[in-house]
Amino acid sequence: MSLLHLAIIAPLLWAILVPLFYKSFRQIHTGWFVLPLPIILFIYFFSFISTTRHQAIVMETLNWIPSMGINFTAKVDGLGLLFALLITGIGALVILYSIYYLSKTKEKLNTFYTYLLLFMGAMLGVVLSDNLIVMYAFWELTSFSSFLLIGYWYHREKSRYGAQKSMIITVFGGLAMLGGIVLLHLMTGSFSITEIISQSQDIVSHSLFIPALLCVLLGAFTKSAQFPFHIWLPDAMEAPTPVSAYLHSATMVKAGIYLVARLTPVFAVDGLWVWLVAGFGIVTLFWGSFSAVKQTDLKSILAFSTVSQLGLIMSLLGVGAAALHFPGVKDNLYIVATTAAVFHLINHATFKGSLFMVAGIVDHETGTRDIRKLGGLMHFMPITFTIAIIGTFSMAGLPPFNGFLSKEMFFTGMLHVLELDLFNIQSVAILFPIIAWIASVFTFIYSMMLVFKTFTGKHQPEKLDKKPHEAPIGMLISPTILASLVIIIFFFPNSLLSENIISPALAAIFPSLLNTGTEFVTHIGIWHGPTPELFMTLGVIALGILLYLTFPKWRKVYKLFPDKLALNRLYDGIIDRSQSGSYRLTTSYMTGSIRSYLVYIFTFFIIILATSLVVKDAFKLDTVHVSSIGIYELLLALFVVIGAISTVFAKTRLASILLLGAVGYTVSLFYVLFRAPDLALTQLVIETVSVALFLVCFYHLPKLRKEDSRVRFKLTNALISVGVGVMVTLIALSAHSNKFFKSISQYYIENTYTEAAGKNMVNVILVDFRGFDTLFEITVLAIASLGIYGMIRLRLTRRDEE
Amino acid sequence: MRSNNNIILETTMKVVLFIIVLFSVYIFFAGHYYPGGGFIGGLMTSGAIVLLLIAYDIKTVATILPVNYRTMTGIGLLFAIGTSAGSLLFNVPFLTHAFGHIEVPILGDISLHTATLFDLGVYLVVVGVTMTIIQTIGEDE
Repeated sequence: MSLLHLAIIAPLLWAILVPLFYKSFRQIHTGWFVLPLPIILFIYFFSFISTTRHQAIVMETLNWIPSMGINFTAKVDGLGLLFALLITGIGALVILYSIYYLSKTKEKLNTFYTYLLLFMGAMLGVVLSDNLIVMYAFWELTSFSSFLLIGYWYHREKSRYGAQKSMIITVFGGLAMLGGIVLLHLMTGSFSITEIISQSQDIVSHSLFIPALLCVLLGAFTKSAQFPFHIWLPDAMEAPTPVSAYLHSATMVKAGIYLVARLTPVFAVDGLWVWLVAGFGIVTLFWGSFSAVKQTDLKSILAFSTVSQLGLIMSLLGVGAAALHFPGVKDNLYIVATTAAVFHLINHATFKGSLFMVAGIVDHETGTRDIRKLGGLMHFMPITFTIAIIGTFSMAGLPPFNGFLSKEMFFTGMLHVLELDLFNIQSVAILFPIIAWIASVFTFIYSMMLVFKTFTGKHQPEKLDKKPHEAPIGMLISPTILASLVIIIFFFPNSLLSENIISPALAAIFPSLLNTGTEFVTHIGIWHGPTPELFMTLGVIALGILLYLTFPKWRKVYKLFPDKLALNRLYDGIIDRSQSGSYRLTTSYMTGSIRSYLVYIFTFFIIILATSLVVKDAFKLDTVHVSSIGIYELLLALFVVIGAISTVFAKTRLASILLLGAVGYTVSLFYVLFRAPDLALTQLVIETVSVALFLVCFYHLPKLRKEDSRVRFKLTNALISVGVGVMVTLIALSAHSNKFFKSISQYYIENTYTEAAGKNMVNVILVDFRGFDTLFEITVLAIASLGIYGMIRLRLTRRDEE
Repeated sequence: MRSNNNIILETTMKVVLFIIVLFSVYIFFAGHYYPGGGFIGGLMTSGAIVLLLIAYDIKTVATILPVNYRTMTGIGLLFAIGTSAGSLLFNVPFLTHAFGHIEVPILGDISLHTATLFDLGVYLVVVGVTMTIIQTIGEDE
């Protein structure tokens, strides 16, 4: 196990110790014990930057199940490192924030930090695994730990609902992804991402390629909350705010983004991938920003905003994937889109993390997150207000914040879609920049609402539970760091990010485009000159301000959209319907009546046997081997038939019992006739005993509701019993006509005396040749008698009935 | 239960019982050569005891034959499994029977067969099982 493996699973190991810290040091906030770990990990991963910026890749293998090609292969390249730095960096800030956010006396900190560390380790495993199965294992661990974190306040019904919803949706996608992984393995024979990428040109025409593509995309879309699977994210806001900041803005929701970026070299050779990723991304972008405007809860706005920003990154990745269809790095228009995706990924983590923390501070200091109740907080919380301004303006895409840069690049990328001629849908391509622009307007509106409805306007102290005041300094450290990053990245995007992080990440996304010795030149310019993108941004600002000011007037637009068509309704409907539907289905056939179960069993019996007889053309009638029929056999058969028929139609039960006895005795006569004296003897005695037992049962029938009625006639029953009889007869006849082998009885006839010293062959077989059967038959008898003894003697009635 | 006027039945029983028991013992021992064996022999013996139950009552029969039939079942199973497993001691497969002829004073040549011990197990189990069932149901009120 290398140091790298240890670093990946360090959070999981640390999680074991957390309860120990919590129980032993009650005076100290448990978070302080957790905080050093992500900081150390961040520094450790930071040391890889010098390696990856020269396009070098660190690979370490730890054998797990080598025979199946499943090994824990850790791989650090540009893309993995970017995510690892995000996970550990934001993780450290979030833990610092949570120390001040969560009360040490009121909350169960041990569970919180255990779940959080589980999540951190799982997330590191997802982004640093080269083996798809290992990645899938970590992927599901993120789902589980996220489920636990969302349901952290499990006494609230909404928390449980949100946790369940996110679990169902993400695990659904995760399982689809597992299917995709298996399909990839079938095509390439490997679980290693590196190897699969090297074979991507060979598998593109494989018949399983498209199904694998769709399955993997389903996994990525559900995890990254893409339309229409975004519905779990707003409900996941019931989690504590540090969790929302960490999982639902910076890390987990980007696992899908990571997956798409990671498998772009595999799938993007097909144009379908480009259009699906870009299409779903752009729809999500629009729908998220459109829905965010009508929210009134701070965290709901941020949730929909996250959905929309994830859509933005996704669509950029889709458009960027088109780069693979054009050779070379030089003059490749679409690389800028991927650059923008990676860049915005970092930017989004910084400003969205700080905004969630701001929302948490507002919630913590005022007791509400409803923007209708908030207002005028600027004077109470100047620092928080500043941070909020920085975050929201960056989100809206204004200078001098990093969101401006990535938004400009986003527009550039979207404008390039117009020149894309994959799949011959240029006519639709015009929609991409238009939707992107409209979505940006909405982004601008909700960003403004977020900050100005909360911090400016009239202060309404009567609606608040607490008197608002500035947050403690510890709570402000993390958002301040993130907000300063927002500004610093704007001024120094190239020296900080492009060479160190973005360029190696691009090299990981497009390994085939790079010749040896070349690097991606990812210059991020602040000023492009008077380009169309700049005018688009100006238009966004102008229309955004106008619409923000007139929002009360056009608010009604949202009422046009009927509630019934909402996706949440659809989800709840599916859950309800599947529950009630399966309940109804089960109760419809599990009637509890043994009669109906017998009907199913026998109907199935008839259908299966009849079908196989017909399909295999198995029925055969061979009269050659039939012995001649004598008068005695005929007579006895007549007796049996008469007895059987009259048993069925007898009026009283007593008559039925006696007729059954008559049938039994006739059968023993048959044994006599067919020369089986042992059987005849046994049959006689056993028949007597069972008739006696029947009579005992008859005698003890309850007096109540005693009626001597005939068997009621039912057509189904009659049909089924006739069918069973016919089937058995047909099978017996054809089995008799199809004798392929000679009987083994000759051996017994010859060896009964010489080998076993007996002359009664039946008995010798019973006790000697095949005594093993007899041994267990007498065991069966013993069990039956003990059962009867137990049932009659041991009568445990309920105490209240006595 | 017991009525006083069944002298004929009781007297007949005293005669018939021994014949039935003898017959059942005969059937048991003859089993390896003629129709019969442990199963039918056991059923016949329990038939004889059932006749006793009909002529007298359960308590009387229990004093005449102070047998715990559940123990009898167990002993029967032990006989069967013991005979089967005994072959393992002689390094032969499970349930390998042995037989041979032995010259005994007075009786002369007798053939002995471990299968008879196995059959004795069957016999005891069948008697035990039948009597347990009948006695339990009979005693139940």
